[in-house]
Amino acid sequence: MSALEVRGLTVALPRGADRAQAVSDVSFQVEKREIVCLVGESGSGKSVIAQAIMGLLPAALPVSRGQVFLEGEELTAAAPARLRELRGARMAMIFQEPMTALNPVMTCGAQLDELLLFHGRTSPAERRKKILQLLGEVALGDPERMLASYPHQLSGGQRQRIMIAMALALEPALLIADEPTTALDVTTQSQILKLIIEVQKRHGMAVLFITHDFGVVAEIADRVAVLRLGELVESGRREEVLSHPRHDYTRMLIASVPSLKPAQRATLPAGPAALETKKLSKTYTERRWLGPRREVHAARDVTLAVRRGETLGIVGESGSGKSTLARCLARLIEPSEGDIFLGGTNIARSKPAALRPLRSRIQIVFQDPYRSLNPRRTVAQALIEGPVNYGLSREQALERAGRLLALVGLEGSSLERYPHQFSGGQRQRICIARALAVEPEVLIADEAVSALDVSVQAQVLRLLEDIRRKLELAMVFITHDLRVAAQVCDTVAVMHRGRVVEYGSAAEVLVHPRDEYTQALLAAAPGRDFGFGSAAQEAARPGSGA
Amino acid sequence: MAVLVFLLLRLTPGDPAAILAGDAATAEQIDRIRASLGLDRSIEAQFAIWLGQVLTGDLGQSFYYRMGVATLIGQRLEPTLALALFTLVLSVCVAVPLGVLAAWRHGGWLDRGLMAFSVGGFSVPTFVVAYLLIWLVSLKLGWLPVQGYVRFSENHLLFLKHLILPSITLSFIYIALIARVTRASVLEALGEDYIRTARAKGLPETRVLLRHALANAAVPIATVIGIGIAILIGGVVVTESVYAIPGLGRLTVDAVLARDFPTIQGLILFFSFVYVMVNLLIDLSYAFLDPRIRY
Amino acid sequence: MARVFANWSVRIGASALVFLLFLAIAAPYLGTVDPTLFDAGSRDLTPGQAGEITTLEGDTVKHVFLMGSDSFGRDIYSRVLYGTRVSLIVGLACAAVALAVGIVCGLLAGYVRWLDGPLMRLMDGIMAIPAILIAIALVALWRASLPTVIFAIAIPEIPRVTRLVRSLVLTLREEPYVEAAVSLGTPPLKIMFGHILPNTIAPLIVQGTYIVGFAILIEAILSFLGVGLPPDVPTWGNIMAEGRVQFVAYPHNVFFPGIFLAATVLAVNILGDGLRDTLDPKLAKRVEPE
Repeated sequence: MSALEVRGLTVALPRGADRAQAVSDVSFQVEKREIVCLVGESGSGKSVIAQAIMGLLPAALPVSRGQVFLEGEELTAAAPARLRELRGARMAMIFQEPMTALNPVMTCGAQLDELLLFHGRTSPAERRKKILQLLGEVALGDPERMLASYPHQLSGGQRQRIMIAMALALEPALLIADEPTTALDVTTQSQILKLIIEVQKRHGMAVLFITHDFGVVAEIADRVAVLRLGELVESGRREEVLSHPRHDYTRMLIASVPSLKPAQRATLPAGPAALETKKLSKTYTERRWLGPRREVHAARDVTLAVRRGETLGIVGESGSGKSTLARCLARLIEPSEGDIFLGGTNIARSKPAALRPLRSRIQIVFQDPYRSLNPRRTVAQALIEGPVNYGLSREQALERAGRLLALVGLEGSSLERYPHQFSGGQRQRICIARALAVEPEVLIADEAVSALDVSVQAQVLRLLEDIRRKLELAMVFITHDLRVAAQVCDTVAVMHRGRVVEYGSAAEVLVHPRDEYTQALLAAAPGRDFGFGSAAQEAARPGSGA
Repeated sequence: MAVLVFLLLRLTPGDPAAILAGDAATAEQIDRIRASLGLDRSIEAQFAIWLGQVLTGDLGQSFYYRMGVATLIGQRLEPTLALALFTLVLSVCVAVPLGVLAAWRHGGWLDRGLMAFSVGGFSVPTFVVAYLLIWLVSLKLGWLPVQGYVRFSENHLLFLKHLILPSITLSFIYIALIARVTRASVLEALGEDYIRTARAKGLPETRVLLRHALANAAVPIATVIGIGIAILIGGVVVTESVYAIPGLGRLTVDAVLARDFPTIQGLILFFSFVYVMVNLLIDLSYAFLDPRIRY
Repeated sequence: MARVFANWSVRIGASALVFLLFLAIAAPYLGTVDPTLFDAGSRDLTPGQAGEITTLEGDTVKHVFLMGSDSFGRDIYSRVLYGTRVSLIVGLACAAVALAVGIVCGLLAGYVRWLDGPLMRLMDGIMAIPAILIAIALVALWRASLPTVIFAIAIPEIPRVTRLVRSLVLTLREEPYVEAAVSLGTPPLKIMFGHILPNTIAPLIVQGTYIVGFAILIEAILSFLGVGLPPDVPTWGNIMAEGRVQFVAYPHNVFFPGIFLAATVLAVNILGDGLRDTLDPKLAKRVEPE
């Protein structure tokens, strides 16, 4: 008997959605002592399946056909009270965002405690003993403090450990993990993955692991099921699916995962730096109502340079100061100390009015494609704004806009449309076109591909490479993803707590890291032992793409 | 705020001395009155004197009632305080459970009914509600007295009887406000991830609703109770006029009609002080309601 | 726009308001007489009773008092219908004044750094005093006339608009598309009018609607308490204030204007809710309810 069996599951979407079913006719099993990865891009319906199993689907998404069995018991026919008994006890779930998944106004201890209480463990002393034992199992030190803490007082990794402890509390047969490491930094992610494997082994649980990341799949899965637009396209053992994918879609997905091995890059002629920083620092002063002022050094003594035709990667985890640095470089904020030379002119302390004529030379593309375009302006209006500011006539600017759209691979008819009519990847292309419209020398990409699905990400990366070469741009590429950095960067600067801890050519830094932190980062990259990335390497090779 | 109240009432046309002296007064008489009221000095001097007095608890002399404004407010405080507290308790006890239930059964008949009531509560003016209730409960059914007020020390039962209708009247808009915000914030909390976690833990629905959803909605609910004090004060003015309750609201109207500026000034300052203090207390309570908020 | 009019709250609220607007404009042609006319012979008539009324020229004409008459023998129906004019004018004018001043103050606070502190402290000060008290005090000081009543009611509303605009400006300024415009060299004024203001319109329309309703209510309260427009001006509050003396005997004097008042404010608020739901779903949290 399988721990979990899903048979012909079909979940209807409300009328007016882009397709009739969120999930159609999906069948798979998860055996005891097995980790099955459900992989898919956004909109593939993978989270809907998880919620359907738990019986937590919103009313707008009813299960229209199919059955779900947990240890042989049909969940799809169970009464709500029975489901409630099973949830938390026989099947447990952990979520993507451990900050929002825990109740912010209850202590972690109380949240663990109520689970046990409502599943019939009435003795407080017994519950407490069990909780302390659980915290030990998920390797949370100082358990007393953890129990008395509110979620916001813990780090993301600690919160996810609390969630895992909660999931383990009643020895469930099935653990559903819905993107449990996506919101975490790569070093934390690797620890949490290890922990999940460890507790799965110890308790002999079945784990349904939902992810979009093939690196994670390579790290953790026994078997893999690939979803595409609500349909199961392929499933099989991990090695089979990763090494010999049968379905085109799987093949494309796996090929889109960038390799960790730095791509071969053309050596660049030494020229003057297009953009250079010297001892750049940004300090924020936090003022609190009571208590002393606190200084936060978001960036400290950053010295970097990038030449035309070259890509400088800035790599770091969240809070490393890489985005602060990007905003300083684009002079969206003023650095506290140090210099920024844009082709020889120091812009670190220029006044807004003095800065405006120089702004066309340095442009920035942001992470969130949904907020980067003014929802009330057509693509044409977005694209001509810059050129018109720098003295082009509307007609000239429009003509340039048309050419740029072609360059980023969008149809000319897009000009009259509004941002909401485009997908995330298309919007990111529009943003790139908008940045290029003022003919910059330097292009800053601040996590510009991080919000995109892996297949779209590969396309946008190819586009960025292509225009860098064609237009001889100096590119500053900010990312948390070492794989991406390895594929697009000539030089890499690794940031940690506001400082650049290692800076050198991509081949040096990513293959023979000298700094401890860089080494830890590389070691934590999921799926590093697996040779991903044929497609991305293809793209990065000079002469391909276009 | 004190500056604002002062300037508001002094930098405007209309000479209180002239009003007080009456139409037949001579210029000399007016001047004498003005000097006795301290109105012949410069604005800055007047303000300094007044502020000094206010800080020592002296709100000045009423032109009209010819007694200290602070004493006057003290005399009229009981009915207003009783009415406000009654209304506050009644409103919170009715509105919060209603709001939670409506959010839980989102889209159901209770929800729709509550939303309709809530729009109505905002829209039907207090005095219309008052007259409807008087007409129905007091005139047609004869259950409760029409108007008036009896001090608590005189007769406990009559005191209660006289307060029931005014409190219900006043609570309409307050219930509408609190129920609406409770519903909205509980509804929002119900959409959060931690609710999904709570349900995934197999907790019973009441636990999910109260310990998880309502507890997280507490800050906006507390906020709106505080903001609602302003409405309560406005409502007190109207309600006391309709039900002929000799409280601070009635005093405000009378003082305005008599152009008794020290009294108006004192009353506005007093009401605003209460309002600001209540909201300060509520701000401080956030730290208890939400551990993420620290001062 | 189609989406907005597909909303039932918007449809109901808007049609009711259009109807009221029609009543206000067409008041002279709907079987009314001059609302200030009175006739000693037609005092305290019950609804539907026929009586006489003396015109300004001194002629006596027959008139059916659809909603009865008050203790001066004035026609309540005529006064209620003409009262619609006052209420709508006050409501719309207050919203216009509060929005205009509030937008300017909000933009200044959001954009001019040194002004932000003092301006917002002033607004906090105004907000610390319950709105109705400010209105009562101001009207008492200025002596009530239509413009003073409008300003007295609008002033306590200004801080709310200011805060809304300021917070919108501050959030919108952080939007990546605004930052992109900055790096495209767009000058500050163009950013303000091209990127920021257009995205504040929806919440402002909704807020404006609520102000209309609130202003109509406050105006009626002022009149009712006897501190608003002079008693001979036909406003709903005045009619009720006049009628309350004889409420026990003639409740209709209070109820007819009361029903109109409640219906009008209800229509405005329903429209406001509908607009909020369609134009700006996030607004429910942002606007502080009155």
